[in-house]
Amino acid sequence: MELKDKLVSSFMAFENTVDLDSPIHEIRSEAIKNFENKGFPTKKDEAWKYTSLNSLRKIDFSIFPKADNAIEYKDVKKYFLHEIDTYKIVFIDGIYSSFLSETTHDGVDVCLMSSALTKPMYKQIIELYFNKVASKDESLTSLNTAFSREGAYIYIPKGKMPKKPIEIINFATGNEASLMIQPRNLVIAEENAELQIIERHQSLTSNAVLTNSVTEIFAAKDAIVDYYKVQNDNADASLIDNTYIDQKGNSAVKVHTFSFGGKLIRNNLNFFQNGEHIDSTMKGVTILGEKQHVDHHTLVHHIEPNCESHQDYKGIYGEKSTGVFNGKIIVEKLAQKTNAFQQNNNILISDKASINTKPQLEIFADDVKCSHGCTIGQLDEDALFYLQSRGIPKKEARALLMYAFANNVLESVRIPELKTRINKLIAKKLGVNLGFDL
Amino acid sequence: MAYTEEELKKELETKEYEYGFYTDIESDTFPNGLSEEIVVAISKKKEEPEWMTEWRLEAYRTWVQMEEPEWANVNYEKPDFQAISYYSAPNKKPKYNSLDEVDPELLDTFKKLGISLDEQKKLAGVAVDIVMDSVSVATTFKKTLAEKGIIFCSISEAIKEHPELVKKYIGSIVPQKDNFYAALNSAVFSDGSFCYIPKGVRCPMELSTYFRINQAGTGQFERTLVIADEGSYVSYLEGCTAPSRDENQLHAAVVELIALDDAEIKYSTVQNWFPGNKEGKGGVFNFVTKRGLCEKNAKISWTQVETGSAVTWKYPSCVLKGNNSIGEFYSIAVTNNFQQADTGTKMIHIGKNTKSTIISKGISAGKSQNSYRGLVQVNSKAENARNFSQCDSLLMGNECGAHTFPYIEAKNKSAQIEHEATTSKIGEDQIFYCNQRGIDTEKAIALIVNGFSKEVLNKLPMEFAVEAQKLLEISLEGSVG
Repeated sequence: MELKDKLVSSFMAFENTVDLDSPIHEIRSEAIKNFENKGFPTKKDEAWKYTSLNSLRKIDFSIFPKADNAIEYKDVKKYFLHEIDTYKIVFIDGIYSSFLSETTHDGVDVCLMSSALTKPMYKQIIELYFNKVASKDESLTSLNTAFSREGAYIYIPKGKMPKKPIEIINFATGNEASLMIQPRNLVIAEENAELQIIERHQSLTSNAVLTNSVTEIFAAKDAIVDYYKVQNDNADASLIDNTYIDQKGNSAVKVHTFSFGGKLIRNNLNFFQNGEHIDSTMKGVTILGEKQHVDHHTLVHHIEPNCESHQDYKGIYGEKSTGVFNGKIIVEKLAQKTNAFQQNNNILISDKASINTKPQLEIFADDVKCSHGCTIGQLDEDALFYLQSRGIPKKEARALLMYAFANNVLESVRIPELKTRINKLIAKKLGVNLGFDL
Repeated sequence: MAYTEEELKKELETKEYEYGFYTDIESDTFPNGLSEEIVVAISKKKEEPEWMTEWRLEAYRTWVQMEEPEWANVNYEKPDFQAISYYSAPNKKPKYNSLDEVDPELLDTFKKLGISLDEQKKLAGVAVDIVMDSVSVATTFKKTLAEKGIIFCSISEAIKEHPELVKKYIGSIVPQKDNFYAALNSAVFSDGSFCYIPKGVRCPMELSTYFRINQAGTGQFERTLVIADEGSYVSYLEGCTAPSRDENQLHAAVVELIALDDAEIKYSTVQNWFPGNKEGKGGVFNFVTKRGLCEKNAKISWTQVETGSAVTWKYPSCVLKGNNSIGEFYSIAVTNNFQQADTGTKMIHIGKNTKSTIISKGISAGKSQNSYRGLVQVNSKAENARNFSQCDSLLMGNECGAHTFPYIEAKNKSAQIEHEATTSKIGEDQIFYCNQRGIDTEKAIALIVNGFSKEVLNKLPMEFAVEAQKLLEISLEGSVG
């Protein structure tokens, strides 16, 4: 059976397992209808021109994983940012693992979507925020909405800040031959709140995994949200990550995306600026090899005046990998005095690798400063020679230059341990050990 | 005099199309609509050989099955292809040897347009092949060109007299089934220009054609074919103005350039068709397919100044097939009132060491929408390909829009591609700086817009640069001095 039909026909069964009286029952039904109408996007859709889901659609993914898939902490310790203390929300095959998690209700809520969706005390917030910024039109987001049941629920009240960063980790154990999971996260930062989140998807075997994740982030006035996405999954895991961010006045949201692993990754990152003096930042480092494919789609919708957005994506593509960058900036008529900057730099280090990029501007206001820059090139031969002439072996010299290339993005990572971790990942990916951090 | 941007805008809006007049020349017009019979009739009318008729019919059959493209960032009421007359030619069609023989009414038209044949001949040294409603009525300097072996004539003449060249190259770069409008053009093209430069010849003068859409309800389907044989050089100019008309007029042209080994073609366009009035009524629909092929060491350079048309949909492209070939694209697109332009280029790098440069300047005013859409593609065999693209947009007023859709596809690791785009308005501080130095606002804006477009204007041949300036003036009157 085609994956689409399987999903649509499973919906009824899914609905029966969850509370039919739930206020989001209607939202789910609407969403599945939209998915049924639209189906999976194909290469004929402009937004999916360079990314094909055909191979994934043929796999018979299991949609309802079994509940009892425990894993030992020592086996997965390395995937946590264990150097520092963090709150942890851990899912195994899409199901919450209380054993590995550390949640809190102490002033802030760091807990589960499933309880937020069912418990009456959260009802008001769910009604106010759930599915409010996520697209009701995009078919994969609708698919996630239809099956939304589990994920992280984070609520930071006015003026609060959690004591430590929050890690959201999704493990896939490989107990199923092929598994599809659809995490649904909701992050709300009230006025003047601040938080840091690290998100990771990790498959533990070589069985196929498809994750279709949706995260909604609401940043109220003066809120600060730092979101780090670490994508270093194994070669049989695919990820479609949809993030929707609603920002109010004076808020600052930064999303960093580090894409090093996985078979197919599609990042849809959407910012909506509903207020003045908003700062939206999205940065990414992508280093790929083998036959990996990463597609970054960003959208910044400047709706009100005096806002800024900054985009900086660096990509290094080796072997037979393919990269896509599609950055879209829309500046509405009202959004005067907007500053929108977009930068996308790419290095191709193999003849079989390819990159498709489309930095796109749609501007309806006149008093704006908008620019985008995009380059595709190679490592500077002269710089390489310079380093070699000073006794640095070629491999290390190349790595150094690539580090330097990616460094702009790493600079703004505010958790030092995470930065070290990313540096190590980059070194590993480049196959060198420089013996120092940059 | 205090002259604010507001006043300028007002003046721009009320500025009527200067060249809006209509010449009454008896026309030989076909009934409206399109069918195989009409295609055959056009071909017959033009006394074409059978292979050409077949070629047209093939195009027509593909066209019938095609759908009008909708991906461009423009909105317009789709033309009714059955309500257009596909052939119209001025009735008196003798072959003139001198200007005296030309219909005085026609000469008067050109005078109003500011194209004095005499003046052009003597002062500018430009050979002008005037296309008035599709049929070539005057060709000058033919003799001078013929001495060098250069063929410069209307395409219908070329089909009759140089069938081997036309047969070999027509449709080779823009095949009949390339796109909806190219297919339509291939089926019904009425006339156009043909140019062949023999091996090693440098064309001694700028070749130029003026197109006019004249007859009410007549679509104009030009076909241009320029072939530069090995080691030759030609600079080709194309300029257009059209009379004011309330209903929308369709223009779907095809231009094919072929630059063989070591040849160079410079193709410049100034387009100033009727853009519609300030309510957005009327105006020309301009759906053009332009493409050039570069063989080894060849170079094609497109320069365009687009100020007219209600809707423009145009992407002059270069296929850089030969090693070391070069493609260039320089463009200024000005939109005002309700004009919409979706224009840009495609650079396809196939050969080794190929280079391309894209400089695009968009100026939008009034309620217009101006888009740049471009593709830079580096194929896997294209070692050391180099591209530089720059797209700048200038916005005047807060009701217009500027959009950029650059597609960049690289499949070779030695490719070096740079793309940058900026969008801004004329800075208050820039104007203040000028004011401070005694330059009034009007002149200051002129200065800034001129500076903004200079990179492209500089690429135009001398004679054309002057006209391009004039057209900028009409489109953004008051803002360009």
